[in-house]
Amino acid sequence: MKIGKMQINLILGAMVCFSVAQALGQATAIPAAQQISPEQLINLLQGPNTRKPLLLHVGSHVLYAQAHIPGSEYIGPGSTEAGLQQLRKRVDSLPRTKFIVLYCGCCPWGHCPNVKPANDSLRAMGFTKVKVLYIADNFGTNWVDKGYPTAKGE
Amino acid sequence: MLAAVAAIVLGAGVYWTTRGERGVAAPKARILAPDFTLPQPGGPPLTLSAYQGKVVLLDFWATWCYPCREEIPHFVEFQQKYGERGLQVMGVSMDDSPEPVPAFYQQYHMNYPVVMGNAKIGEAYGGLLGLPITFLLDREGRITAKHIGATDAAVFEREIQRALNAAGSRK
Repeated sequence: MKIGKMQINLILGAMVCFSVAQALGQATAIPAAQQISPEQLINLLQGPNTRKPLLLHVGSHVLYAQAHIPGSEYIGPGSTEAGLQQLRKRVDSLPRTKFIVLYCGCCPWGHCPNVKPANDSLRAMGFTKVKVLYIADNFGTNWVDKGYPTAKGE
Repeated sequence: MLAAVAAIVLGAGVYWTTRGERGVAAPKARILAPDFTLPQPGGPPLTLSAYQGKVVLLDFWATWCYPCREEIPHFVEFQQKYGERGLQVMGVSMDDSPEPVPAFYQQYHMNYPVVMGNAKIGEAYGGLLGLPITFLLDREGRITAKHIGATDAAVFEREIQRALNAAGSRK
């Protein structure tokens, strides 16, 4: 089978995009298997006999204070070393099999600077059941506007 | 209670459309932008209503927000191009602290005032749960458009020109 110039260009283009996404720490580099959709998370949270995950917000505090998932804890932006340190401190004593869901929702998925570093950090610590909430546009559009439960405050 | 009412009105009102444009409020549907007095990083506080008489492009942004970074050079250009005709761009940083703002301001050659926002002002504007969010206010301080997420500069420019040219507008 011959590979034409166009296919080569497409492959190279995809490789460049992937590398750029990784370099920027963007969420697009998070594998689908490590993501959870808002609908899946709601089913988990509202389901009867499921083990509830630990919900950690790794974005901006100003946004968290306006609206966040009830029961979730504010950690700090995953894009900063201070935020990652706080995250490591919070989970350090937990069993590595603990089910953890990270979320932010500051920006469209491809632009979120926070979730990928946080996800990488937990995986580097050995956590095996970590999911990142896939928020396509922002927390307002993909969670609040859908009527999912929210809480306000610190 | 007041914040909740403002949020509902803002959420619904500014999505009225005219000429089929998304995010643009029909003249009768326009409501007054919630006024605020907020601190500038390292400077005196600014009050939104002090700019009445000007068309105001009110940009809620943050230094860590990539789409915001794409828009800001266009806002700098608009301030330069339309400032004398009565446009005032104003940035509201939604960063958690003012610390990173001055360096960013220099780096992006920002030529318009920036104040520090907070959750309260976010709620007053209908919930700023994702950035950037940009409002265009007419010379009377009423919201004429709201854009969530990065928006084409040509869309902003068209709206700015229309607001500046609006009948009965003052300079």
